Amino acid sequence: MSRVIHVEGLSKKFALHHLAAGENYSTFRDALTTGLSKASKNLLHRQKDQDKETNEEFWALQDIGFAIQNGEKVGIIGRNGAGKSTLLKILSRIIEPTRGEIRIRGRVASLLEVGTGFHPELTGRENIYFNGAILGMTKSEIQSRFDDIVEFAEVEKFLDTPVKHYSSGMYVRLGFAVAAHLEPEILILDEVLAVGDARFQKKCLGKLQDIGRDGRTILLVSHNMSSILQFTNRILLLNRGKIAFDGDSSTGVSEYLKLNDESNSTRNLATNVPWIGIKEISFNQAAMDKGFNKAIPFILELELQNDVHDLTVTFGITNSIDARLITAKTQIPCISPETSKIMLELPNHRLLPGTYFVNINLSTPKERIFFTEKAISFELIADNIDDPLLLAHATKGKDRHGAYCPLEWHS
Amino acid sequence: MTAQPEILITPNRIVGNYWHDIWRYRELFLFMAWRDILLRYKRMTIGVAWAVLRPLLTMLVFTLVFSRVARLPSDGVPYPLLVFAGMLPWQFFATAFADAGNSLSNKETIITKVYFPRLIVPVSAIVVSLADLICALVVMAILFAWYERLPDWNLLALPGCMALVFLIALGAGLWISALTAQYKDFRYLTPFITQIGLYLSPVGFSSSVVPETWRNLFALNPMVGVIEGFRWSLLGLAPDGIEHHVAIALIMGLLLLSTGLLYFRRVERNLAEML
Repeated sequence: MSRVIHVEGLSKKFALHHLAAGENYSTFRDALTTGLSKASKNLLHRQKDQDKETNEEFWALQDIGFAIQNGEKVGIIGRNGAGKSTLLKILSRIIEPTRGEIRIRGRVASLLEVGTGFHPELTGRENIYFNGAILGMTKSEIQSRFDDIVEFAEVEKFLDTPVKHYSSGMYVRLGFAVAAHLEPEILILDEVLAVGDARFQKKCLGKLQDIGRDGRTILLVSHNMSSILQFTNRILLLNRGKIAFDGDSSTGVSEYLKLNDESNSTRNLATNVPWIGIKEISFNQAAMDKGFNKAIPFILELELQNDVHDLTVTFGITNSIDARLITAKTQIPCISPETSKIMLELPNHRLLPGTYFVNINLSTPKERIFFTEKAISFELIADNIDDPLLLAHATKGKDRHGAYCPLEWHS
Repeated sequence: MTAQPEILITPNRIVGNYWHDIWRYRELFLFMAWRDILLRYKRMTIGVAWAVLRPLLTMLVFTLVFSRVARLPSDGVPYPLLVFAGMLPWQFFATAFADAGNSLSNKETIITKVYFPRLIVPVSAIVVSLADLICALVVMAILFAWYERLPDWNLLALPGCMALVFLIALGAGLWISALTAQYKDFRYLTPFITQIGLYLSPVGFSSSVVPETWRNLFALNPMVGVIEGFRWSLLGLAPDGIEHHVAIALIMGLLLLSTGLLYFRRVERNLAEML
């Protein structure tokens, strides 16, 4: 084991306002007019007011430091704007850091997008060569892997067709196929797992696992916690440009979910009746096991003066496009002020990993007490999935799924 | 796989590493040039015909305007040949200049996603313009046959003249590509610069029509030396002071290239953020 990536004191500053960087005027006209007006101001008033504009800066990364050993599989996670993409771009040498230094030993291939540099007018064959060269392959390397790439992408028949006639599925298959045959020592991936149909997904994941088994170093950015858990053994959690956690993957995912905790419980808890108040309704992250089809725990805590009889609790589970997937109901015969904290559990839901929302309705036989749409949200994470068909879905990264069931067949 | 050297990424990367990288990415350079040539001749239905027609039509118009209307002297060679010999380097320069100017924004999707020395982009755009120059040279040969002329030994200097115009195009191309990347509205100025340049270069006329007193100032435009060089090599024309003009062109070319390189390197570091 040797160190392949060493990052020290890495910071990156972006100027939010274009004029802020002093010399980076976006238009020549602005450069001219600003230069002239500054010159005339300085002549007339001798004031130093140019510092006002340079204050608008934003540190995308602040003093990041870590080391990665050969063969490690590291997931980089964080909410939007946490600095993940900036870090990848600096590691890929697309943008320069503002401060700090990075040492990288070994050939790096970064795949921030599938099919970079594909040109619609060129044929599949021509694009394979150009895309390969862009990603850092030599001509002889491309030639020797050409057949494998074509076979992997399943585009044999269309090799000499311009890619503008390709279906979008063929397009991304070809893009991923070229990248998958890079054989670099360090592979940097940004959310590229979510390509193609389920069958091709499975193939990509298999390829990725092969690459990992060969002892190559992989850096993977993803919002999909299931694929992070599947492919990485270490996590760098970024929050507001700083490393919030660096360690094993499952702890890292839990830490990430804690950052998201505020969305797990609803804020507006006002009820329709004065004699029942709601203290808390939330998704109980701490009690949730990782894995497919584990029971989803919730907490409901009421504020009562007297006993409440026959309270019906209805949870409507929806996905990100508001499709109602599950209606879960229970009726609690009696709740007293002493037993007002209720643990709820939704077992056997068979929901695919992803983010879901809960519409909550509380009512007694006489009246409706509380109703809120998307009152809380929760994220399901699957780990160690054995079913390869399920795995392909679990790592796809879309939240439009519902329940997953095996299909039985007879002949 | 062989042991890889350690890559060091810091603000303001060291220059030495840079030239090493350019060498490592030489195949990408070839691929990029090859791809652009493919695209250039695929996209245009008339393809090569365009590279031939454009200088031919310009030659006809120039001959009409400068020879028939303005009655300028032709220095003893057929006027169309005089014009076409000037068109060869000018057309190459103008195309290379315009293409280099657009090259970085055309390749934006690649530049913001993958690392490679960005210098490859404008340089390959300029190399691709050489393809048009070669097409135009074939037309020149046909014109020679039409006028039943044979070039003399001066023709051996033609590669040297081509190297000179390439040097100037490279220097100017680096400047314009970096300027257009830094200032988005600069690309509106590019056609204007080329147009002014056409009037300030002896393309449609022989440089002997320029008054003696103005000639040294005139020759500060490096294209003057280049065009005179082409006419000397192809037609044996040697106006007064041609040696000086070629020397000035060479010096201006080297100056453009060295300053262009420095400026491009400075802009290049933040390129992905500017586009």
